[in-house]
This record gives sequence, C-alpha cells and structure tokens, in this order.
Amino acid sequence: MNLFNTIAVGLKEIWAHKFRSVLTMLGIILGVASLVGMSAIIKGMENGMKEAMVAMGGVDKVLLQSQPVPPWQDHLADQAPGRTMVDVIALKESAPLIRVVSPEMSLGEAVVSRGEKSTVPSEVVGCWPAVLEMNLHVLEHGRFFTDLDEKSASSVCVIGTGIRDELFGNPEDIGHEIIPLGEQIMIEGQPFTIIGMFQHYMGEEEAKQRLVAKQLKEQQEKEGGPKRQRGWGRRGGWAFWRKNNTVYLPLNTAYLKFRAAGDKDGIVDQRLTDIDLKVADFSRLEEAIQQAKNVLMITHRGIEDFTFQTQENQIESIDKQIKNARLSGGLIAAISLLVGGIGIMNIMLASINERVREIGICKAIGATGPDIFIQILVESIVISVLGALAGLVASELLVSLLANISPTQNTPVITRTAELIALAFSIGVGVVAGLIPAIKAARLSPIQALRYE
Amino acid sequence: MALLELRNISKIYHLGGEEIRALDDVSLDIGEGEFISIIGPSGSGKSTLMHIVGCLDTPSKGTVRLDGVEAQNASQTQLAHLRNKKIGFVFQFFNLLPKLNVVQNVELPMIYAGLSAKERRERALKALEAVEMGNRLKNRPSQLSGGQQQRVAIARALVNDPKIILADEPTGNLDTHTGEVILALFRRLSAEGRTVILVTHNPEIAAVTPRRIEIRNGKIADKVDERLAGLDRTKPGSPAPISVA
Repeated sequence: MNLFNTIAVGLKEIWAHKFRSVLTMLGIILGVASLVGMSAIIKGMENGMKEAMVAMGGVDKVLLQSQPVPPWQDHLADQAPGRTMVDVIALKESAPLIRVVSPEMSLGEAVVSRGEKSTVPSEVVGCWPAVLEMNLHVLEHGRFFTDLDEKSASSVCVIGTGIRDELFGNPEDIGHEIIPLGEQIMIEGQPFTIIGMFQHYMGEEEAKQRLVAKQLKEQQEKEGGPKRQRGWGRRGGWAFWRKNNTVYLPLNTAYLKFRAAGDKDGIVDQRLTDIDLKVADFSRLEEAIQQAKNVLMITHRGIEDFTFQTQENQIESIDKQIKNARLSGGLIAAISLLVGGIGIMNIMLASINERVREIGICKAIGATGPDIFIQILVESIVISVLGALAGLVASELLVSLLANISPTQNTPVITRTAELIALAFSIGVGVVAGLIPAIKAARLSPIQALRYE
Repeated sequence: MALLELRNISKIYHLGGEEIRALDDVSLDIGEGEFISIIGPSGSGKSTLMHIVGCLDTPSKGTVRLDGVEAQNASQTQLAHLRNKKIGFVFQFFNLLPKLNVVQNVELPMIYAGLSAKERRERALKALEAVEMGNRLKNRPSQLSGGQQQRVAIARALVNDPKIILADEPTGNLDTHTGEVILALFRRLSAEGRTVILVTHNPEIAAVTPRRIEIRNGKIADKVDERLAGLDRTKPGSPAPISVA
C-alpha cells in the first residue's frame, strides 16, 4: 500500500468526520498560532531593542569612561589626569585600530531659551564633527561646524528637532514645519546662531504612531469633532527622544564660553566629559581596545583612571532578555501543542474503537499489521499537519490583529524559523499521538475484530 | 498434493485454567477445484476450523499446508499476505466498508497487494461484471440490497484471483430466493474450477456441494449426519433439497 494511497484514505476518513476532525485540530491550530504569534511578538521586541541600540550609536561604538584609580594606585589618585584633549590627539595619532575619536564637553543641565520659551535639552555638548559619525546623526538642514567655526570658537549650534519643537513649535501642532536656520537662541544666557538641524529620528513605533495620528486628524477634520490631546508615548522611544533633544556646539566654543573662566581657583578644568571611539574593524574589537589602552597608559603616566565600555554588553543583555522571553513563550506554546496532541490521541483511540470491525475486514482481506499501523499513524499526522497549516494561517491573522489593536507597539514579525519549528513540532506531536492508537489497531486480532459488534 | 492439507490440527484455548479443545486432532485434505461444505452445530469447532483454513488463525498443534506453503508457524504479517493472495472471504454480513463505494470496496484487497491504480480499476471492473454488478459502481453498500452487497463481496473475494473462496454462511442473512442466486453463483465459480468452501449450519446449502464435512465436538465426524447434511429425503417434514440445476 503506497503512501499516497494511505494519505488519501486518511484524508477521506478525516473528511467523513469533518466536525470532529476540526475540533481535534483546534488544539493544534491554537498551539501553532500561539507559538508563532508569541515568537513574532518577541521578534518585534528584539527589533525594537536593537533599533534603539543603533540610535545610540551602533555596535562598534566604544565609550572611554573615567573610573576611580585602582586600589594599588590610590596614592596617585591626585595626579590622575582625567580624559583630556591629550588623549584624543594621542589616540588619533597612535591608535590606528581606532577609526573615529570624538571628544565631547558637556554643559550638563544647560537651559536653552528663546524669548519666553525655554527647555533643558538631553545634552548640550561641545564636540567635533566626528560626533556625527559617532552617534549616527543625519544633518537634514543647514550645515555642521567647520574647522573655521572650531578655530574661531563661533557662537553657532546645531540642534535636534526636539529643541525646535520646544522653542519654535511642533509641526503637528502648528501645521507646518519650521526650519529655524539663522535664528538665535540663548544657551545658558549666551546667544547662539542655529546653523543646522538634524533629521527627526524615530523608531518604527513612532513612525506608525504618526501615521495613525495623521489618519485620526484627517478623520477628525472630516467629522469636525473636538480636538483631542495627543502625546507621543516615550516608553521604548526614549533613545530617539534623547537623540532629538540634542544641542551641539563647536568644542572650542563650549570650552571658551563655558569653561575658560575656570572654577577651581581660577585653573581651567581641561577635562572632557566624554571620549567616544569607533573601532576600524569590529572583529578586532579586543585588539583595538588594548591598543587604545596602551596609548592611554602613556598619556596617563600609568594611572589607570579610565575604562572602556562596549555596546557588546548591551547586545548581551538584549540577547539575554530575548532568550528568556523566548523560553517562557515557547514553553507555554509547547504545552498548548502538547494538549492538542493529547486531543488527537483521544480522538484516534475513539476512532479505532468505532472502526474495530472495519479494521477486522481489512485484515481479513489482506491488510498486514504494518498496513494498519501506518494507516492510523498517517491519519494522526494528517490531522496534525492540517491543524498546523491552519494554525499558520491563524497566526498570520492573529499577528495582524495584534498589530491593528495596538499599532504603537513594536510590530510583531513572523519568522520562517518559528513557522518551521511549529510545523515540525506539530508533526512530531501527530506522530507521538498516533503511536499508541496505531499500535492498538495493528495488534487487533482479525477474528475478534470481525466478531465485534 | 492437495491444495489444502491439514495434518493433526488441534486448537486449544485456556479459559480460567480449563483446557478447551476447539479442534482435536483434525486432518483434512481439500483438492484443487473441490466444492465442499463444512457443517456442524454452533460450538462444534466449525468456526475455528474455518479460521485456520482461512489463515486468520494458527493451530496450537499440527501442520497446515496451503498451496505448498506451511502456514502453522506463520507470523501475523505472513498470514495477512496468505489471506490476501490465496483466499477470498465471503461473510454472512457481507462486511463491505460502508465509507467506500462498490468499486473502492472491490479494489481494497488489491491496494494491500500493492497493485497499480490502473490495474486495480481494470480487475475490479472485471470482477464486478462477473457478478453482474458492473452497473452499480459508484453506489455505497448501504444503497444496495443484501443480495447485491453479497455479490459485491464475492467480487471482492475474487479480485486477487485466490486459490480458495471461503464463504461463511454466505446466505445466512438473505431471503431464500436471493440465497439461491448467491449459491448458484458459487456453483458457477466451482464450475469455473475454483475451490469453494462453504461453512454453514444450513443442511439445504450443504446439500448443494458434492463433498460435505461435518465437525462435531472438535473432530471430523466419521459419517455425515444425513439429516444435517440435507441428504435424508425420506423423513417427512425435512426441507426439500435445493435442486441442483
């Protein structure tokens, strides 16, 4: 008896009990849908997290951070130089594995104002143009600082759209976009001219929010109802919010205007608040860090008051969270698939009890035990495969439903891997569930089966 | 060499420590082309003998040789192959599969024999023509009369071209007239040279066959009970034998 025939007979058997078969499949359908749906949601989460990480500068970014000198250098703590321009130049000159060095001098909680309006940006930073590449900024309007700005310490700044929204108005509220190039704003009471503005950064999530809000607005305009307050949720989008609320000045300007007066007995604080690095070759990250460390050990005269922080730690923590979510989600889905399998086994047992006589007839006219075994097993597998295929369709519907109900969350993404795993698992469940009924049927004695009423 | 040779067959069941000899040292030869009936009252061991002849069961003792194949030690799978190739069953309750139509029912033994779809269809049609059921191919068994169902069952029994047709009370569930038609069909099969074994407790049917074997208490009776075999035509009140046309 060939396989094609067996499958055809199995399908016929299932078709003969449509309602019962569908109920049986429901267990598998739900199991597969929950497995695929769950993994899609987790994938969406993962995408959101990775997106946020890229917004913070990408994987090849390395932060050079200060740290207290190690205990054995305690007596040298006074002489710790901190991170200065000396380090920046030394790294640029002597560490070829470091591709970009971006010194930053932050003004801390600086207030930026224009007329009546004021805001506290996420960061007001004096920096080099290297910061663009370091933090993956895209300048959409105007220009960035030039060497000339740097040399003459011009009072110019480049802002993110968040600052524009606060000081000039939000395009959503005023209906058109303001590009405030050439406008003057006050940073800590000192006048600065805006020479450039970055593009508006947003995650996939916010992009969708905006689309929904736009549609909502159009609808409202049509209906003429009262205008409702809308706000962008900042949960998850904080990396983008932070990036949009940036003010950059030339490094020298920040130094001269805000540091040169000095605060420690009139001695100017030379220290930078941040030095960010990008390695030339990500696969040689360890080497690059070691090289940078060697250079810095010289400029710091052996005092180890610095450390490196890589985004790898970030990736590790994301991976860990995702793994945990997958594990718990997968477990729940696996249990529901298992329950589906038990349903199949139950129905197969009931079905062979109904068909004892039929099986007896088949055996009398020449069906062997293996013939019957394969027949029952195939039937079970066919139920589970049909259930799994329906489950895959159901999961597509489920995911699009989820995306519709809550469009602002990270979009669930159905992965082929999850679908394949669900399919394979269902087939496995079908085989296991069919095994006992198939063995039972194959072992039926033809004489007793024929007598069975 | 006979087609079917049973030598010193015993079938012993153990029920609660008690030994029950359903068949006790039975020897029997059935030659090729014979038309034979096995008769006996209920509980005589008739069914057990039929099961062993039909390769549905194996004896506890003794040897079974069917068409030169020793069957007493065969595995379940080997028995299934023997049933499929050498024996065609016809049952009292027809035993057609209710979910399959007439052609599919007749094709079933050939599916287990591994024949191609085309050959299955050809042979099924031929077999159905032979029992004059060629016009009801797509009907379900439930749409047929008892006699029609039994004819389909006979077609199914014939379709793998077996050496032996083994019929268990083939007319037991049919009215007299239809029973006669079915019996005539068996006679025809016999005339065509097939070995036909009828198992029955009905003397009228036994009377049709040239050779009769009676089982009593698990043994072959030395002399066939004439009354039971439908041969005693002298006693008043005994049913008239079916005329052998």
